[in-house]
Amino acid sequence: MRVKSKKPDLAQGDLTPMIDMTFQLIAFFMVLINFAQTEANDRVVLPSSKLVKPPEVALEFPIILHVAQDGEIVLGGDEFTVETLRIGLQREMSVIKAEGKTANDANVVIRAHQDTAMGDVQEVIRVAQEQNLINFALRVKEDNR
Amino acid sequence: MKIRNKGEMEKNELNMTSMIDIVFLLLVFFVMTFKIVEMEGDFSVRMPLGESSGVPDPTDLPLKLRLTSDADGRLASMSLNDISLGTDFPQLQANVISLIGNTAPVEGEDGPEIEIDSDYNLRYENVIDAITAVSGYKDGNQVVKLIEKIKFAKPRR
Repeated sequence: MRVKSKKPDLAQGDLTPMIDMTFQLIAFFMVLINFAQTEANDRVVLPSSKLVKPPEVALEFPIILHVAQDGEIVLGGDEFTVETLRIGLQREMSVIKAEGKTANDANVVIRAHQDTAMGDVQEVIRVAQEQNLINFALRVKEDNR
Repeated sequence: MKIRNKGEMEKNELNMTSMIDIVFLLLVFFVMTFKIVEMEGDFSVRMPLGESSGVPDPTDLPLKLRLTSDADGRLASMSLNDISLGTDFPQLQANVISLIGNTAPVEGEDGPEIEIDSDYNLRYENVIDAITAVSGYKDGNQVVKLIEKIKFAKPRR
């Protein structure tokens, strides 16, 4: 006697290739993700230059100043104007001095927006100079075109 | 009559649903936070206070690059040591090469110096273009350096 199985047919797709691909995608994005982009600021679009190359050795004691298009300055997550920047720089200087270094050892990294007025950048430099800072780095994007 | 189905074996299948859920969540997280890293570099400028406003040494006068802007902050004109250059950066570079004599690399402190005097509202991008033109040029993959000592004049209000 022929007995028919009452179980419904389950059309099970093979999930293996999909899972393989998904894991490969995850691995790809995990490797490329850059958590160390703390230096970047959304309000700043850097100008570009063909001559610069990423530094092989990181700058010592960097003080990173983001200068937005409207001239506002971001230092360590706090916003300053040219008039109040002195306070922020003094705070940074006290950290550098606590490590037994002087203003000559510090590097002021200026990340200014490409459309910022140059005068605003010069004012930032002037305020930093008043704190005896002498080493400046004008940060730009590498232009490979 | 009892008939045993010999073809059907008991399958012990793992439930994949929760794992796939988590995997897709991870994937979405990484896709959303993914950002192509742009390579960045620096133009180093050493500028002690007072140097730009001090009495110039007549034997070692820096080149003077004057940049003027229009009302919108765009570059209107350039002049190098009072030689008008319009807005032509290659022309600026050619003049720098002719003024400093040679395209040979210069050693740090002993090289020529340039003072950039720009209008207050000139866009920073234009100044970087000017710095690029006077700092050197690319010869294949090699960078030929021209002027390494750059300073800024007092801001013009």
